[in-house]
Amino acid sequence: MLAASCCERRMCVCPGPRRIAIPVRSSRLPVFSDAMPAPTQLFPLIRNCEIGRIYSTVCHCHHKHLCCLSPHLAHSHLRCASQKKLATLCSPKENFNQFIHARSYVSTPQRFYLTPPQVNSILKANEYSFKVPEFDGKNVSSVLGFDSNQLPANAPIEDRRSAATCLQTRGMLLGVFDGHAGCACAQAVSERLFYYIAVSLLPHETLLEIENAVESGRALLPILQWHKHPNDYFSKEASKLYFNSLRTYWQELIDLNTGETTDVKEALINAFKRLDNDISLEAQVGDPNSFLNYLVLRVAFSGATACVAHVDGFDLHVANTGDSRAMLGVQEEDGSWSAVALSSDHNAQNESEIERVKLEHPKSEEKSVVKQDRLLGLLMPFRAFGDVKFKWSIELQKRVVESGPDQLNDNEYTKFIPPNYHTPPYLTAEPEVVHHRLRPQDKFLVLATDGLWETMHRQDVVRIVGEYLTGVHHQQPIAVGGYKVTLGQMHGLLTERRARISSVFEDQNAATHLIRHAVGNNEFGTVDHERLSKMLSLPEELARMYRDDITIIVVQFNSHVVGACQNEEF
Amino acid sequence: MFFRLLSDVQWRTVRPRWRSKSSSQHTTTSVADPQPISLPAQAQVVICGGGIIGTSVAYHLSKLGWKDIVLLEQGRLAAGSTRFCAGIVSTVRHLSIELKMADYSNKLYQQLEQETGIKTGYVKTGSISLAQTQDRLISLKRIASRLSVMGIPCQIMAPKQVAHLHPLINIHDLVGAMYVPDDAVVSSADVSLALASAASRKGVQIHERTSISHVMVQKGCVTGVETDRGPIECQYFVNCAGQWAYELGLSNEEPVSIPLHACEHFYLLTRPLKKPLESNTPTIADPDGRIYIRSWQGGILSGGFEKNPKPIFTEGRNQLEIQNLHEDWDHFEPLLSSLLRRMPGLEALEIMQLVNCPESFTPDMRCIMGESPTVQGYFVLAGMNSAGVSFGGGAGKYLAEWLVNGRPAENVWPLDLKRFGALQSSRTFLRHRVMEVMPLIYDLKVPRWDFQTGRQLRTSPLYDRLDAQGARWMEKHGFERPKYFVPPGKDLLALDQSKTFYKPDWFDIVGSEVKCCKEAVCVIDMSSFTKFEISSTGDQALEVLQYLFSNDLDVPVGHIVHTGMLNETGGYENDCSIARLNKRSFFMISPTDQQVHCWAWLKKHMPNDSNLLLEDVTWKYTALNLIGPRAVDVLSELSYAPMTPEHFPSLFCKEMSVGYANGIRVMSMTHTGEPGFMLYIPIEYALHVYNELMSVGQKYGIRNTGYYALRSLRIEKFFAFWGQDLDTFTTPLECGREFRVKLDKGMDFIGRDALMQQKQDGVCKRFTMFILEDHDTDLDLWPWWGEPIYRNGRYVGKTTSSAYSYTLERHVCLGFVQNFDEETGEALVVTPDFINRGEYEIDIAGQRFQAKAKLYPFSSLFTQRRRKDEMELSGYHGK
Repeated sequence: MLAASCCERRMCVCPGPRRIAIPVRSSRLPVFSDAMPAPTQLFPLIRNCEIGRIYSTVCHCHHKHLCCLSPHLAHSHLRCASQKKLATLCSPKENFNQFIHARSYVSTPQRFYLTPPQVNSILKANEYSFKVPEFDGKNVSSVLGFDSNQLPANAPIEDRRSAATCLQTRGMLLGVFDGHAGCACAQAVSERLFYYIAVSLLPHETLLEIENAVESGRALLPILQWHKHPNDYFSKEASKLYFNSLRTYWQELIDLNTGETTDVKEALINAFKRLDNDISLEAQVGDPNSFLNYLVLRVAFSGATACVAHVDGFDLHVANTGDSRAMLGVQEEDGSWSAVALSSDHNAQNESEIERVKLEHPKSEEKSVVKQDRLLGLLMPFRAFGDVKFKWSIELQKRVVESGPDQLNDNEYTKFIPPNYHTPPYLTAEPEVVHHRLRPQDKFLVLATDGLWETMHRQDVVRIVGEYLTGVHHQQPIAVGGYKVTLGQMHGLLTERRARISSVFEDQNAATHLIRHAVGNNEFGTVDHERLSKMLSLPEELARMYRDDITIIVVQFNSHVVGACQNEEF
Repeated sequence: MFFRLLSDVQWRTVRPRWRSKSSSQHTTTSVADPQPISLPAQAQVVICGGGIIGTSVAYHLSKLGWKDIVLLEQGRLAAGSTRFCAGIVSTVRHLSIELKMADYSNKLYQQLEQETGIKTGYVKTGSISLAQTQDRLISLKRIASRLSVMGIPCQIMAPKQVAHLHPLINIHDLVGAMYVPDDAVVSSADVSLALASAASRKGVQIHERTSISHVMVQKGCVTGVETDRGPIECQYFVNCAGQWAYELGLSNEEPVSIPLHACEHFYLLTRPLKKPLESNTPTIADPDGRIYIRSWQGGILSGGFEKNPKPIFTEGRNQLEIQNLHEDWDHFEPLLSSLLRRMPGLEALEIMQLVNCPESFTPDMRCIMGESPTVQGYFVLAGMNSAGVSFGGGAGKYLAEWLVNGRPAENVWPLDLKRFGALQSSRTFLRHRVMEVMPLIYDLKVPRWDFQTGRQLRTSPLYDRLDAQGARWMEKHGFERPKYFVPPGKDLLALDQSKTFYKPDWFDIVGSEVKCCKEAVCVIDMSSFTKFEISSTGDQALEVLQYLFSNDLDVPVGHIVHTGMLNETGGYENDCSIARLNKRSFFMISPTDQQVHCWAWLKKHMPNDSNLLLEDVTWKYTALNLIGPRAVDVLSELSYAPMTPEHFPSLFCKEMSVGYANGIRVMSMTHTGEPGFMLYIPIEYALHVYNELMSVGQKYGIRNTGYYALRSLRIEKFFAFWGQDLDTFTTPLECGREFRVKLDKGMDFIGRDALMQQKQDGVCKRFTMFILEDHDTDLDLWPWWGEPIYRNGRYVGKTTSSAYSYTLERHVCLGFVQNFDEETGEALVVTPDFINRGEYEIDIAGQRFQAKAKLYPFSSLFTQRRRKDEMELSGYHGK
């Protein structure tokens, strides 16, 4: 119960895997939700640094001859908790004396903080920016470019991101993927999904051309141009396997040739479903190569949500599966910012999703299918890639696990069958697709995994990004030109502009700026370096309790192009 | 749209000849103007550029009587930087030649309106330079003491007095100020028009909207210019193209390198104050706040030189006329803050405009004047470092004299184009350097300042070795030279903190280097010196050199001669040492910054003879100077040759082996007067020889030393250096070097007649050494150079260099003493008697220190061994 309630907080302190709770033993299913209460109790300690400081002072003076206290904040807090008991065992008077004594020479207890450059190097490690190339000094695309970044909390990070330009059709694809029960599925989806979408969008002739090229061993037409950070990798070993599955898909598309022009919405839905199907099939068939065999099984048994945007001219499609979000930043006429959601979350907070899930299963399962805000009491997102545990029949699962490699057999999780598992599949990868026609006031789109949305309200997200983008890129030069301006007024204006520039200057990347706020915001909505430093210096094993992986893509729209064409059309 | 900013002039009311046909053309930006007058086919002089500089040159040339002059302007007259110039004429300058130019300009502009009838907007406002710090006040006092000996009134005053002179100024953060009542403001465009009009009346033809594509050159001489309206043949070409001068210089087949680069410069114009500011309100310069403020049409005009300038037009062509460039308020913010701090009452004053007008800057903050070293007849006057109006008049006068008389009436070496070479021509270098130069205009100018940008261009092969041993570097003509060596473990102050007018933090370091030179042996890398080789098939080399140099060079092979390269008036064009390598070839060593000047002089005067070869071998040799009594021991141990004076007399040159390396030119001379040797080492042996010297020298206490120690040594020895003490107006007789002149040998050489005449008449100035008597090295301001010398309370001259002598434990200043007639101010003959019978004082920033004058060095005090050159000296002294 504790874990469930704490997950509702903005800052998730739920210990262990959040989306799927792994029971220690299959016979004691409900236990997991109460697992590890200790960190939850620690939480107020770490939040309240005052208490922490006093404790560490006391501990410091008492035990400095016993142990050299690590200056590392998080560790010292852990120790404080246990040493507090020790401290109270001493006689109060002695304790008091020593406390006074300590204060006389230990004026401020030594604390560990990351310096601003260290903080920056952590925040900027994964940042990536892409600017749509200009031709003849002009960018005629409706997209100016995008900034993306991710901050790990899991080790290794389970989030993935992708961005690519479609080369055979127009448009740009951007997506964030949030993995659970490992990163294998998110990795596979981030590599493969855009190819499935691109292929779905291709006209019949191009598909034929590509197939002929493969047949005769000629060079393939490039389908996608990727925009990758060096840390975004593709699996080399599986590429052949993935390619064969993709080729089967386009061969079917060629055979199915309907002669109709491709509808983007349909293409997106087909691509999502097809990829999930391929992931499932590959795991059932297996692979003679033992490494690949294990890989496809890991992909299938882990899961991933996906939130993908396709921008082509003024047409923006967002396809979402799971609980990542796409948020449009709209600048009102008065200059203020408002957030327009272009996706709905597929989780227990979404009434219609609960309704859908319940309708898909017999009345008898109504109570068990969504329990404790989780699918079958286990899974938080109600739609996802992979997760064959929630898709395959029990027989199939058992057969695959038994014939699978030993590593799979040793894994408690894969062997365990969800409770009340009667009418699979319970889970689908089918996305909800929202179409939006871009308007001049639509300035940017934020795609982010739930790690961001848990910590920040969408309105704040849009405001922070909006102010950042206008501050840096749209700081118009001042011209006096005919107005009555006094020296004093001008001076005031310039000083204010200077202050504004210096505050946003440290980030060149809107996504980094957003992460800085998400992790470091204090109660006043401004970045608190002390807090930022603490959050980033948490050791790996603790980080996941205070925050989730965060992945953000901020796409900036070209309002000049959008505005100009709107005028033409109306 | 053109609008005239500072002037309400009069394109219509004034109708000089060159604009007789149409006056309306100037109010429109018409594409095809009817050209009223066709270009002449030829002229004696073509001047390019119709700004204040070009018109000033034309004006002065016509005044000197030259008539056949054409001035070409690509846009309209005074439409470049001149149009936007703030128009402040100020004599507050650090260099004495700049001070003289500004003083002359001021006097010229003052009477220009009367002379030409054109309103120039001249108002004698006076100027107040503010000091927010004590160091700044010292700097102002130094200028004040120079101004007053020039007869320019000036006054150092307390902050309270400033408040009386200016109604708006906030004096709370000031420590003092300098008031120069004669400084003025003008409308620079109108001054330029007045000069053009006066020149035009004297026959100068002025053509606007005519641009020059390139200058035609044949056999290294100017033959004409090619314009967009046809060619003009000419004998002289003067490049006064301002920001465009660099590109114009490179457009010739034989490029002329004119190192300058433009930076954006901002100033603010306001509407009138409620109670309009009087037009004669003094101009304010607040260098610590980086701003200047003058009154302008009842309001103010205020600009400045910011710390982070914006270079512009690096890649290429500027506009024909300067249009309004982008007004960058954010960039101006620090200057605006500074303005409001200085005059808080201006908060409510309404802005009229922020003007962005690019100005051109040079690599050393001094303007560029003179004839090209590569193309005869190609003259340049440009790169005014935003002081075009202050310098315009004087600079134009000097350049006109240069053309007409072959030389200007003053020593303009600090401004001479030939101080630069092609090596300063890189666009990247210029861009980086001007970003340092522009803020420097208002930075504190302390002694021994080194530029930080554009460094490490020319280095000796030993650079890294020396740097690793703690060398601190200075730069001369792009060459890195060690100043001194910081011993390991010792840390000097950061650069900014060691900016001082007092005793510097390296005092003890240099002291120990000097001590080592006196007692043991030191090695100093002097590779930057300019090195030429002159050789011929027959006796041509000797013949030429005998004519070009004042001392007798027909000496036995292996001898070294100190000699001057004089001009027709007997002044030093160069001071060098020449070694006779064999019968037909000579090795010549000159100061570093002579590389371009000396080359040009030799080329100009040498006959065009294919059998006579002149080669610049500067880059071929690394020069190491071994100084000190143990130099002999080090060298003889390394060469297995006796190096004692009996075997290797002073001023002797021999090729020998040092260590494993053969063919090292060893010369028994130093540039400081200490015993020692110069080693000219082919560069591939440099590291080897250096390593050998250091390892063998260890037991003799060898150490590295730098130029500061060298400087102290040579000044206490009364050695004059060309470029600092000697210039083109100094003759050998004036600095006690008659023994180095072959007057009695019956040989002709350049400058002989002038020297004969001077010998007969006596000299009017004399190089003198001063030892400061009541000067406290630790507490008093240090002398630098340019300090006035007073004899019996009367001004008699200025110092040219100074240094602390660690031997005498006193400061030594070198300088020239003159004898001005009390009534007429005429320069009279200065006899040794006149020198000896005076009580002397040196004025350092307004404080006078007693000094003892000496005409001869303390030779006996220093040397253990009598050396050849001192024998010569004493021989001369005996006469």
